[in-house]
Amino acid sequence: MRLFDISLANLKRRKAKASFILIGLLVGVTAVVAFMSLVDTLTRDINHKLEKYGANIMILPKTENLSLTYGGMAVGGISFEMREILQEDLGRIKGIENAANVAAVGPMVLGSIKVADRNVLLAGVDFQVAYILRPWWKIKGKSPGEDGILLGAEASCILGLGQGDTFSANGRELMVTGVLEPTGSQDDQIIFAPLKTAQEVLGKEGRISMAEVAALCAACPIDDMVAQISGVLPDAKVMAIRQVVKGRMETLGHFNKFAYGLSLLVMLVGGLVVLVTMMGSVRERTSEFGIFMAIGFRRRHVIRMVLFEAAVISAIAGVVGYFMGLGATKLTIPFFTESVDVGLAFDPVLALGVFLAAVFLGLISSAYPAIMAGNLDPNEALRSL
Amino acid sequence: MSYIQVENLMKEYGKGEAAFMAVKGMSFEIQQGEFVAIVGESGSGKSTLLSMMGALNTPTKGRYVVDDMDIYSLSLDQRAKFRMAFLGFIFQSFHLIPYLTVKENVMLPLAIAKIKNREKSDMARDALMHVGLSGKEDRLPSEISGGEQERVAIARAVVNNPTILLADEPTGNLDTRTSREIIGLFHALNGEGITILMVTHNAEFSREAQRTLCVSDGLIREQEPLQKIVEYPFGLMTGVEPYPVENVAVQ
Repeated sequence: MRLFDISLANLKRRKAKASFILIGLLVGVTAVVAFMSLVDTLTRDINHKLEKYGANIMILPKTENLSLTYGGMAVGGISFEMREILQEDLGRIKGIENAANVAAVGPMVLGSIKVADRNVLLAGVDFQVAYILRPWWKIKGKSPGEDGILLGAEASCILGLGQGDTFSANGRELMVTGVLEPTGSQDDQIIFAPLKTAQEVLGKEGRISMAEVAALCAACPIDDMVAQISGVLPDAKVMAIRQVVKGRMETLGHFNKFAYGLSLLVMLVGGLVVLVTMMGSVRERTSEFGIFMAIGFRRRHVIRMVLFEAAVISAIAGVVGYFMGLGATKLTIPFFTESVDVGLAFDPVLALGVFLAAVFLGLISSAYPAIMAGNLDPNEALRSL
Repeated sequence: MSYIQVENLMKEYGKGEAAFMAVKGMSFEIQQGEFVAIVGESGSGKSTLLSMMGALNTPTKGRYVVDDMDIYSLSLDQRAKFRMAFLGFIFQSFHLIPYLTVKENVMLPLAIAKIKNREKSDMARDALMHVGLSGKEDRLPSEISGGEQERVAIARAVVNNPTILLADEPTGNLDTRTSREIIGLFHALNGEGITILMVTHNAEFSREAQRTLCVSDGLIREQEPLQKIVEYPFGLMTGVEPYPVENVAVQ
């Protein structure tokens, strides 16, 4: 029989009150875990998508932009002084310090052509490199040769063209050798041709519109590589694709902050529930504390008993709340991302953090009621019998 | 030197016009191993006296010395230690903790003692055997009779071997037969050397004590055997058996 046993016995007896405190804390802990794992899962989802995407550095022609504002309102901007990238310039990438990390460089020329009275985007690519950069491509048919083209799924549908069909573009006869299976990206609306063929059709020999670079990126210094490529291609704007998704990450960051704020608020309410319920419990048990003190319990023993109770309930809330939070995340994740393969893993750091936070909150919220119990005058407490 | 010395003990409640002197200056001494009854009508100050002797209620004035220790010069923590080491309390309504079993209630004073659980359990079992409650260790207070609850309270009071037992109306809620059994237990404990101070309304049981302190209007009036005391006008004193009216109505 120790103080802890008395606290446990009291909790067992006052199940309703203990449950009320538990629920107060559980709501807080569950909300915190749900918000944090949601943000973590969405971040991992974005990173996962990035990793799946073969290219991780984009090279675009440098342009000068002018932002237009009217009466303080931004209404977009105009681009001027668009510079060009020459295909031969891409060879300089081999000379950068981290050239060994470059897995593939995929030049691309873009231009509009008219097919069956429709304007369609023609993309000239190096197919050997394109297959590395877009590992998810699945072709119905064959990879195109010199005068062959590959049609995006949607383009094939709109133009009514399929494998073996031919059409003329800017006077050049091209044949559809294959159609891409739907990718869910802009590739579905594009006609892909060999780079050289496309340059000839578009009249852009030796020039490219953009290039994609795949860097071996487990631990490669992607930002350094961006700087190095920018150094050798001064007329190009080089950026890591991470920068492209920076906006989305920023949005996620805002959501994260909001989630933290909301979690804090919910935890605060949970703490208040614990405080109020514990105060009520201490008042209700005044006579009991009087008996404890009459038989020799000291102030610190009474305080310890109240805190033991709070710690037990908080610890349960910490453990159960963590798993409830994970469950809540699992239920809500489909509303935030369409990815079906987003895993929801046990995070020991979050679990431990939440557990400690719950116990800390429980103890802090119970500190005042515990001190109140410890400061009871034993004689007054016994009078309430 | 006496084991317990009470010197001019006073207790005032409230302030200003609402001030009320519950104990107006009591002095007496008790020897180790004495069985003393404190009698008096309601509001006479006997419970206040008992709470002060239990180191629970700081007196407004006066000294309370036990075993050469001036109790009210001790800090609150030291007073708690004194209660733990020297005192056993028995309350009128038993005041057992309802969610603890009989044995756990008896073990309560040992919960903060630095001894092994097994030893605590043995001590509680011995105490329960002492009061005749073996075999009821695992019951809850609500599952035993009033007399048995009183025995549990006594076992709890003596489990840590106190030298002084303070009992506030220990037979107040019990029938005659059970009350006599409890008084018998008190005699047994007193025989083992425990000093007993018992507050009671019951004239018959006060006669069982070696000495009786009669409290009236916050003062000790007499320190004599009850046979003489009943001749004073303590109208509220009632015996289990009817009092000889002619004796009580001397006035």
